[in-house]
Amino acid sequence: MHIGVDVGGTNTDAVLMDGNKVIASVKSPTTHDVGSGIVEAVGSIMKSSGCAVADIASVMIGTTQFTNAFVEGKKLVPVGVVRAALPATTGILPMTEFPSHLVAQIGRQSYLVEGGYEFDGREINKLDERAVAEAARDMRKRSIRSVVVSGVFTPINDSMENRMAEIIRNEMPDSEVTLSSEIGRIGLIERENASIMNASLTDLSRTVMTAFRDALIQLDIHCPFFVSQNDGTLMTSEFAEKYPVLTFASGPTNSMRGAAFLSGVEDSIVADIGGTTTDVGVLIGGFPRESAVSVDIGSVRTNFRMPDVLAIGLGGGSIVRQSGSDTHVGPDSVALDLLTQARVFGGKTLTATDIAVAAGYADIGDKSLVADLEPAIVEAAVNRMHDFLEATVDRVKSSKGDVPVILVGGGSVLINREIKGASEVIRPELSGVANAIGAGLAQVGGEIDRIYSYNDIGRDESIAQAKEEAVRRAVQAGASKDSAKIVSIEEMPLAYLPAGAVRIKVKAIGDLEQAENLK
Amino acid sequence: MSRITLENLPDFIRGTAILGTGGGGDPYVGRLMLEQELTKCGGVDLIDPDDVPDDLFAISVACMGAPTVFVEKLPNAQATVTAMRRIEKELGRKFNAIIPLEAGGVNATLPLVVAAQMGLPVVDGDGMGRAFPEFQMTTFNIYGVNCSPFVMADDFENTIVLETDNALRTERYGRAVCVKMGGIAQVASYAMTGEQIRRTCVPRTVTLAVDIGKRVRELRVEGKEDICEGLAAYFATSRPPRFARVLFDGKVQDVMRGTEDGWTVGNVTISAAGDSSDEMFLTFRNEYSLAKLNGKTVAIVPDLLFILDRETGEAITTETLRYGQRVKVIGVAATEEMRTPEAVEVIGPKASNISEPFVRLEDLAWGGSS
Repeated sequence: MHIGVDVGGTNTDAVLMDGNKVIASVKSPTTHDVGSGIVEAVGSIMKSSGCAVADIASVMIGTTQFTNAFVEGKKLVPVGVVRAALPATTGILPMTEFPSHLVAQIGRQSYLVEGGYEFDGREINKLDERAVAEAARDMRKRSIRSVVVSGVFTPINDSMENRMAEIIRNEMPDSEVTLSSEIGRIGLIERENASIMNASLTDLSRTVMTAFRDALIQLDIHCPFFVSQNDGTLMTSEFAEKYPVLTFASGPTNSMRGAAFLSGVEDSIVADIGGTTTDVGVLIGGFPRESAVSVDIGSVRTNFRMPDVLAIGLGGGSIVRQSGSDTHVGPDSVALDLLTQARVFGGKTLTATDIAVAAGYADIGDKSLVADLEPAIVEAAVNRMHDFLEATVDRVKSSKGDVPVILVGGGSVLINREIKGASEVIRPELSGVANAIGAGLAQVGGEIDRIYSYNDIGRDESIAQAKEEAVRRAVQAGASKDSAKIVSIEEMPLAYLPAGAVRIKVKAIGDLEQAENLK
Repeated sequence: MSRITLENLPDFIRGTAILGTGGGGDPYVGRLMLEQELTKCGGVDLIDPDDVPDDLFAISVACMGAPTVFVEKLPNAQATVTAMRRIEKELGRKFNAIIPLEAGGVNATLPLVVAAQMGLPVVDGDGMGRAFPEFQMTTFNIYGVNCSPFVMADDFENTIVLETDNALRTERYGRAVCVKMGGIAQVASYAMTGEQIRRTCVPRTVTLAVDIGKRVRELRVEGKEDICEGLAAYFATSRPPRFARVLFDGKVQDVMRGTEDGWTVGNVTISAAGDSSDEMFLTFRNEYSLAKLNGKTVAIVPDLLFILDRETGEAITTETLRYGQRVKVIGVAATEEMRTPEAVEVIGPKASNISEPFVRLEDLAWGGSS
């Protein structure tokens, strides 16, 4: 059995799962120290299920702690950056885009040294090891302990960054080093930005991970624990402590994956209808489709991709208005004031929830308070809400043809008819703890993003190499060899360059080795 | 006199992305570089092509290579200066202005970065009026400005001087060197006098980018008028005024992409919103080059084609196109410099591998839907 935990800004949710079955679940408040909230939540499901701690094979935790801390600029440490690139890349120095409130905490200390690679793997320059050592000594003098090593095209070959890290650890044994190649993906500045964010979280990461670990010890749970990363796969707690930034986009990913799991459908559209907005996204093979746009965190661009989610102004609190013969729903909402403002709760504002009650879709509040609504208006508003959702579902689809639509969230009572374009509409139970369930889905991944030469080794060989490397990385991250499979391949030829150079991104996913052994 | 400053930079960048006509690369890196320079120097002066004095001696600068490489091995303004100096040595004359080669994409920004560093003004015009993939595809070349000496510089500030008999050959030889330089080379070429600039450039394309970006932003904030319709209407007041129409409103149905020796080639099918069965089919070759409505041509290169997000008016490039996007397609007439028979020979349908003749947008679009 295993436990999935979601440590959110407000709630800490926990679920106990036996293979693919949810045995118990709970929602409890997140505490300032993080740990006691986990003890409370996990303790409660252990008790209610009567499960013995010895039966717990692994614990998976999803958290937004690091994202929030970085955005708020809290508990960040000074960072030094060493970039292997000279003579290239002098045009944009590290931390150029960082806003002043972040620079006040992490500084702007950077060193450019000779090194880096060309797109085809040649070295731009030999790594200037002496300059790296000098940078390390200078950082030590400035009491900087958290260091980023980056370089041009290092995702295609991490040996230069590894050597840099080695030199720095030699000079500064108490330092923490973030390798940009571990964060991956092409785009020097975005990758470096994400690495700097990561390095700035060094102290917080230790505190939070220690809190997680101590909480489990307090619960007498001694199995390994894992943390969910941006794409919904897991990393070991040791790796997560070094790379907390990889959890930044995990929240929405876990929520969608949890919904897919609960409904038993891997290829679908998830519509999460809340109080103010509806988030609609696509799941392919149980994983959210990534957005084409990179994510800005605290106004700094990263190379992370969020799930491609479209938010529309439709929710339980959406205000319903009549103008002439038209009925409008949203985009404004009474939001948190639903319980006082909505008609069914004695308020004066006509909301989408009132319409759902009047139409007989839901029994919320006092339905006699909406009995006076004209049927034509109720009908028009209901049509409007369904049309709105249908249009959005159609918009996010990745191809023609009908797909299952999963409805989650408190506002899902608004939708009661069939949805055009949906092969079926699924309303899973337990969707309130979808995040924790998403975290508990024990899969690990490996990704590769490199440039290959079709002129030199041909397309088939290039793709074969990329696949092999992605699987190798998945296995290295803890996937069982037999289960690892390729889930996506992207081929992007380098435009404006007649060199047969093609950027290939491959992702492999597998089941967690331990979880599998226990089945 | 117009200037590019930190204030109008976001508008300018948005406009250059739209003028990339589907290509030209991610403007992020160019924006950061220019932002950094403008913070230091305050602004870059623009000279209207009509006001260019005879004694002006300008050089066009650009980055050659793959945008995917530009995001790792960043464009290098210093190496660009080295390339310029090399031409000055060759010609025995100093440059006192910079002229952009392209109006769209990354190469619309780089000249301003270099100008800001050197304290030189920039001519408010360019050689393409949009983005094109190759160095011979300029009005400079079409109207007789010599592409040579064509100097390429790498990050080591090594330079290679190409002296050729025509710009097409320069492009071919240069592209091969570019691969060896690591997929990115800083280029200075088309040294030209004030007289040549007045005669050959596509005028006011720097301020055009600012105005396009500004118009989209204003339309978005005002929220009254449809953004794409509003943008198309703006072109009636651009300098010079241009014919422009929203050619289609619909949803991306299908995208096909492939590669052909350094070209991103493909097509996109867009189906009409609502119950209409109308379909638009666009072809691209790095940039959008041909639009057909229900099988009938409604716009063709060198006229400009934009695919914009119908809600935000942001540019959608051939790389970011995907199923389900709600888009509007806008056709904008190229300027007269870009539409003469000599120009169409170099930058028209044939250069984009299209076997149809060039017909002006205004002669095509009247019969189509708008």
